[in-house]
Amino acid sequence: MVSDEVVRDILRQNEAMSGIVDSLGEDEDLFEKGLDSFGSVQLMLALEERFEVEFPDTLLNRRSFSTIRIIRETVSKLSMGAAA
Amino acid sequence: MIDLTRRAKRVAEVAALHADAVDREGRFPAEAVAALKAERLLGLQVPSQYGGEGAGLAQIAEVCCTLGQACSASAMVFAMHHIKLASLVTHGLTSDWHCGLMAKVANEQLLIASSTTEAGIGGDLRNSLCAVEAEGDLFNLGKDASVISYGAQADVVLVTARRNPEAPTSDQVLVALMRDQMSLNRTSTWDTLGMRGTCSEGFRLEAKGVPTVQIMPKPFAEIAAQSMLASSHLLWSAVWFGIASYAVDRARSFVQGEARRRPGTVPPSAMRLAEAASALQSMKATVLSGLRKYEGAQHEPDELSSIGFAVSLNNVKTTASSMAVDIVQRSLGIVGISGYRNDTPFSLGRPLRDVMSAPLMIANDRILSNTANLLLVQKGGGQLLSA
Repeated sequence: MVSDEVVRDILRQNEAMSGIVDSLGEDEDLFEKGLDSFGSVQLMLALEERFEVEFPDTLLNRRSFSTIRIIRETVSKLSMGAAA
Repeated sequence: MIDLTRRAKRVAEVAALHADAVDREGRFPAEAVAALKAERLLGLQVPSQYGGEGAGLAQIAEVCCTLGQACSASAMVFAMHHIKLASLVTHGLTSDWHCGLMAKVANEQLLIASSTTEAGIGGDLRNSLCAVEAEGDLFNLGKDASVISYGAQADVVLVTARRNPEAPTSDQVLVALMRDQMSLNRTSTWDTLGMRGTCSEGFRLEAKGVPTVQIMPKPFAEIAAQSMLASSHLLWSAVWFGIASYAVDRARSFVQGEARRRPGTVPPSAMRLAEAASALQSMKATVLSGLRKYEGAQHEPDELSSIGFAVSLNNVKTTASSMAVDIVQRSLGIVGISGYRNDTPFSLGRPLRDVMSAPLMIANDRILSNTANLLLVQKGGGQLLSA
């Protein structure tokens, strides 16, 4: 299972997110909090690297990376698929 | 849709008549815009329950192309108006005030302009310095709008701003301001190589005591991603296609004239025409595939916000804009000195100057660097008939 803390650690590397990561609710929209296109791609790369997964094109949309909870669920599903 | 082609052609006739004067004097294409209103083409996209015709983007693109063949500036004004209207239609339906605005646009044929560019930010539309300052149900907004195309002639301006004075520069909203709710003081003029009639001047915009219901309910980040970027790239490309196809038509007519004068031979310029016609066909395929992709994704927010979609639409813009310049230049090469002169039926100076704006308005380098970033995670593997 992917922990909330690990996702926050990765978000902390993002310039727009670094100052507000700890105050972010699980369901708050990261894009509304300042995550931009460049930052979201960097976030995807960091998640792929950290969890040794590859996001398929069908998941490369705004929604899949919009909140901490959704990111956790998306990555968990992918890593379970990889383990199976 | 009552005979859209014929209505567009009637406007194009008016636009063509005044295109040289608009260009020479660098003035707003008032006659063409009056004709657009008379043919009720400014409300085309508005849903029928609000008095419009519920037209899709492909139909708007066809009108952009028809106008582009006659007067680039008129076509661009029409395109920019409908890009803003696309945002209203896509994201405003949940707000009574914005539905009322759509009805007014359709009934009174209001012209909508856009204010995204700002001093200190430049053309990066996803950042703003100015902010909505709300007090109760009203707000004030002041913006150093370094470009508002046809700002002086618009009835409505859609303005980006930070959500509040404390918000980060990327936390933006889109606000609709009516002409009588704001003051616009010109801060710069528009004296350019081409596209002289868009009158993309700079203004100091001030609005006071505006009802907060005029703020679009969706964050601008979402509006930009889901309606504005796609509609801009596609409608602009349709305008550029119109300009390029006009140039190829001039070249074709020139070559045919040569052929008639020398029966029994194929003029050497016909070979160059064949190349230009082939390039024009590729450009058309690029624009059309973008339009089809948009229509397929239109009601699927996940697809519209996907990396694959953004990459394809970015590619439509960079490809169509550079091809358009290339095609008009090829056409000029075919027509030769008659095209270089400003006083022949084959003159191509104005279209060439106009189309040279294409790779620059939203610079292709800016778009390519955005695509470059997206390609770091896109996986690819598309098929011929899908993705």
